[in-house]
Amino acid sequence: MELLSNPWPWYIAGPLIGLILASLIFFGRTFGFSRNLDTICSIVGAGKITDHFKFDLKSRMWGLVFAVGAIIGGYIASNYMTPDKTVAISEATKSNLESYNFETPGSSFLPSKIFGEGILQSPKAIFFLLVGGFFVGFGTRYAGGCTSGHAITGLSNLQLPSLVAVIGFFIGGLVFVHLLFPIIFK
Amino acid sequence: MKYLKFLIAGIIFGIILAKAEVISWYRIYEMFRFESFHMYGIIGCAVAIGLIATQLFKRSKIKDINGNEIVITDKPKIYKANLIGGVIFGLGWAMTGACPGPLFILLGYGFPIILIVILGALLGSFVYGILKPKLPH
Repeated sequence: MELLSNPWPWYIAGPLIGLILASLIFFGRTFGFSRNLDTICSIVGAGKITDHFKFDLKSRMWGLVFAVGAIIGGYIASNYMTPDKTVAISEATKSNLESYNFETPGSSFLPSKIFGEGILQSPKAIFFLLVGGFFVGFGTRYAGGCTSGHAITGLSNLQLPSLVAVIGFFIGGLVFVHLLFPIIFK
Repeated sequence: MKYLKFLIAGIIFGIILAKAEVISWYRIYEMFRFESFHMYGIIGCAVAIGLIATQLFKRSKIKDINGNEIVITDKPKIYKANLIGGVIFGLGWAMTGACPGPLFILLGYGFPIILIVILGALLGSFVYGILKPKLPH
C-alpha cells in the first residue's frame, strides 16, 4: 500500500504513460489531449462562427470520455491514494521561490500565490490565469498538439514537426521562467 | 460499452499524472529551471516505451481491437505553426504549470480554481479557429 500512497518515481510513471499511448494505438486512436479543446468549442456552438469547428463530433467522443476519465483519475488519486499532499521539489527550486515570497513552496500541488482563493479578489491574478490558459489553448491548437500529441506521440513516431514543436515548448517555457517570471513576481 | 475502455484509460492516465506530481505547477517550474531530473525522466521513459510500441505496431501485422489495420498518421509538416504555436504554448505551460491533460486532472484533484485556466484555454482554442486562415503555417 505504501508503494501506492507515496509519490510515484519517474521510472514508474514514464513507462506507464508509454503504455497508455500503446493501448490507445491498440484501440485504434492516437493520443492527443488538446484536441478536446476544439471538441468542447464545437459542442458549445463555435461551428456556427467558423468552419474550423465543424467536424464529426462522434469520431472525437472517445477523447472527451478519456478526459472525463482523467478528471475521475485525479479525484481518485487525491482522495484515496495521496495522504501526503506535499510535492517533493528540489531545495534549489524551493529557495528560489522563497526569494519571490512564495510561502512554503511544495506544500500543495499549486502555489497559493497564483491559485489560492485570495486571487479571486485580484483582477490581475485572474487575468494572469486567463492569459496563461489562453496561451495553452491557442498555442497547442496552432502547433497542432500538446505534450501528449507532440512530445509523447509525435516523438515516439519520429516526427520532425513534433521535434520542432517541442523545441518551441521549451523556448516558451524557458523565456517565461527565466525572463518574465522574475519581472512579474519580483 | 465501446467507450468504457477509453474511460478506464483516462482514469489510469489521471492517476499516473497525479501520483507522479506531473500536474503540480512546482514540477513544471522546476523542470524549466533544470533543478530536477523528475520530469525529464518521465517524458524520456514515456517516449522510449512509446517508440518501441509504435515501431512494433508499424512493423508487425497486429490489428487493432476492432480488427482494423493500425495506421499511425504522420503529423502535418507545418513547421512555422509548430514553432510559433509551440512557443506560445510553452509560455502558457510555464505560467499555469499545466498542459491540457493536467488541467482536467487538477479539476478532479480538487482545484476548482483551475476552471479559470480551462476557460482561457477554450477561448484560446476558439480564437485560433477564427484566426487560422490568417496565420502562417
